[in-house]
Amino acid sequence: MSGLVLPVAVLAALACVPLLSPPDYFMHLLVTGLLTALAGTGWALMGRYRLVSFGHGAFLGIGAYVMGLLWNYYGISPWLGVPIGVAAAVGAGLLLGYPCFQLRVVGHYFALVTLAAGEIVRILIVALRDVTGGSLGMTPHQAPPGGAFAAMQFDKAGFWWVALAAWALGLLAWRVLDRSMTSKALAAIAEDEDAAASIGIRVTREKLKLTMLSVALAALAGALTGQYRMYLNPESLAGLGISLQIVFVAIAGGMYSPIGPTIGALITIGLEESLRVAFGTQFTGAAAFVYGILLVLFMIFLPRGIAGLLERRAAARPGRRLAGAEGTVPAVQPPG
Amino acid sequence: MSGVGTLELSGIHAGYGDFQALFGVDLRVEPGEAVGVVGPNGAGKTTLLRVISGLIRASAGTLRFGGADLAAVPAHELPVLGIAHVPENRRLFPQLTVEENLKVGAYIKSARARFQERRDHVFELFPRLKQRRHQLAGTMSGGEQQMCAIGRALMSGPRILLLDEPSAGLAPLVVQQVFDLVRRIRQEGLTVLIVEQNVAQVLRVVDRAYVLETGRVAAEGASAALAADPAIRRSYLGGALSAWIPSCWRPC
Amino acid sequence: MDPFLLEAVLNGVLLGGVFALPVLGLNLVFGVVDVIWLCYAELVMVGMYIVWFLHTQAGWPLALAFATCLPAIAVLGLLLHLLVVRPLLAAPPINQVLATGGVLFVLQGAATLVFSTDFRSLGVEMPPIELGEVFVSGTKLAAFVAALLGAAVLWAFLKFTYVGTAIRAIARDREVMPLMGVDPHRIYLIASAAGGALAGLAACLLVVQLDVHPFVGLSFGPITFMICVMGGLGNMLGGFLAAFLMGLIVSVGGFYGDTDMSYVVAFLFFILVMFIRPQGLFTR
Repeated sequence: MSGLVLPVAVLAALACVPLLSPPDYFMHLLVTGLLTALAGTGWALMGRYRLVSFGHGAFLGIGAYVMGLLWNYYGISPWLGVPIGVAAAVGAGLLLGYPCFQLRVVGHYFALVTLAAGEIVRILIVALRDVTGGSLGMTPHQAPPGGAFAAMQFDKAGFWWVALAAWALGLLAWRVLDRSMTSKALAAIAEDEDAAASIGIRVTREKLKLTMLSVALAALAGALTGQYRMYLNPESLAGLGISLQIVFVAIAGGMYSPIGPTIGALITIGLEESLRVAFGTQFTGAAAFVYGILLVLFMIFLPRGIAGLLERRAAARPGRRLAGAEGTVPAVQPPG
Repeated sequence: MSGVGTLELSGIHAGYGDFQALFGVDLRVEPGEAVGVVGPNGAGKTTLLRVISGLIRASAGTLRFGGADLAAVPAHELPVLGIAHVPENRRLFPQLTVEENLKVGAYIKSARARFQERRDHVFELFPRLKQRRHQLAGTMSGGEQQMCAIGRALMSGPRILLLDEPSAGLAPLVVQQVFDLVRRIRQEGLTVLIVEQNVAQVLRVVDRAYVLETGRVAAEGASAALAADPAIRRSYLGGALSAWIPSCWRPC
Repeated sequence: MDPFLLEAVLNGVLLGGVFALPVLGLNLVFGVVDVIWLCYAELVMVGMYIVWFLHTQAGWPLALAFATCLPAIAVLGLLLHLLVVRPLLAAPPINQVLATGGVLFVLQGAATLVFSTDFRSLGVEMPPIELGEVFVSGTKLAAFVAALLGAAVLWAFLKFTYVGTAIRAIARDREVMPLMGVDPHRIYLIASAAGGALAGLAACLLVVQLDVHPFVGLSFGPITFMICVMGGLGNMLGGFLAAFLMGLIVSVGGFYGDTDMSYVVAFLFFILVMFIRPQGLFTR
């Protein structure tokens, strides 16, 4: 129980942030940061067990578009639409994951199959432009007067609490997974699938559980991002571009530590904003340029991300070990 | 001092990571000589050849060929110096034809100019290869593949040929053929260093041999003398019978 | 046969020729270096900008712009290998792929900074050619012929030269190569340069058919990877055939439905192939 004191205290402190009435711009960055962190956390859950997905953007998109379409066409509140969107994404994840895992699609092949799936979702959103608005995007209808809460349309502070809850849910999922037998099984699978199967680990089932969890978090992040921005478009919610950005968040922060993707999200957002200030209209190009260079440098010099660096420092300090660090790290690690 | 093509190892230590396979091995092969290295599985025989051809580096000791120190020479430059290595399990390129395998063997600059001449010579030595020159190497029999692997090594015009377990995995009749091949190569005047588990056969082909046990030279001498040594006979030349008796029941 | 369907089939074959070059380049690099260049389509994009800039802005004749593009992208391929891939040769494959994914962002970002996100057109168009009942775009036909020529040159290089033979050998067995006097790192460099040159050639053929913008790579990059894998990674002939198959699916699919949906069909087909024959359609 004592392990819960610190997280709860941190969460409570974070929940009080809006009470300090910070500037809107600052709140905007924080909300975006949390939702980005959530998507990264979802990706890292799979990534750290060597299931590298280049299609996670698709799950953001499914979550967001299902929610948005239900609201715009059927008037179903996002309070219901978000869970439905998440469920739809999980369904899509299962549909893709089951044959993948059953037929042993791994490594490069898994990455490319997910890339194809992600592209399919992006193209479908574009192609169904009569319904989704295509590449021009889609705007959820404004809630009728007095119905803002029922339609999950808040100001920045309100969204901060929603995002915070979702983010905490992601970390909770990580923790629950880490303490389960599933994580041991997955570590064994990541090391040697055949050996794992031979000692009775049900490879497909364990991978599917992980996929469901990972996809659910990504879809939640996508749906909430769409709802927060009140604007959905295929490029920022599906396809290879956004998928790689999620990967960047997880890699830069470190995918072997629960807090890694959050660190990654903060770096990403911080970087993005400073570049926006520095480059003004040239911003889009500069951001991609700098991300790219950082991603290369991280892969070469710091494959375990910033969190990996912190972990190493902590491990080097005598008499103190990072709680849970061992459980989060599978036996197979990139050299770092 | 060593002669033009003398291979000289002294005090060689080597291994893989934390695992050490060789402990101070001394070995010498004079030009024109055929020398065997025999010993049980895991004695370090393959490691020894891999050290000579630069695939792994010795952690201590010196390695010289024709007087030149090989410590700093990268593996891919050793064929230029005249060292050719026929690796364990032949390692042909199965999707390439026989002739293309020979072509890769003639990759080094000095060999390219003499490709046709040497290819014809290899075909003379192994007429079977000439018949199969356009066949994919992977589709040939084990014996033919061994011919091709030796032919590929000859294409670089080596001064010394290193053969790693040429008889491994081949049927008895084919083993006989492979050792005939080795004899024919010897008649060419080529220096040969051959690693084998098939001690009886190899001692008939080579002039001298070293017995390697757990990474150390346990015995060395002329092949006739080794073949007559009672201890060697007991351990390695026990004939068909000892192969049938579990080692714990064998007299020691 | 319906002339419009015939036209779609013909266009599919022409499209396949355009897909074939980047597929061959990717396959070459993967087969030899064992690393997937996730940024391959972006190398092509840079090449397209080079041709566009030299021809429309600097006023060079088109042929000279083409002739500059090829070696320029070959050098870019070399730099990619030396700066990004080489330090990661011993790293897990995923790290290698992600690093080249980083290069994808770098190239997109650089293009955006230099040329902005505007669509740039070369403005070169050859008259359509009438073949019986159907019309074929002259530009596409010329690009197709050039692609086949490029593939033929690559084939001859791999088949008849010492280095080419070594390249085919190294794809099967890397460790044994030094015993043949082959320096693997040198072969990696040659393959990377050749892979880059193929991207450069692909750029020349694409820039006459497509407007160039910083994200143009994303429109044909993913399908290139898929074709590559479908043909069997490292299997040149398989990739070449798969390129035509995908070209046909996209083009004929576009005839029956709309173009977007035909890509969905093509990608679904790819996923299905991965489930049924992950080793590649044309691998024995």
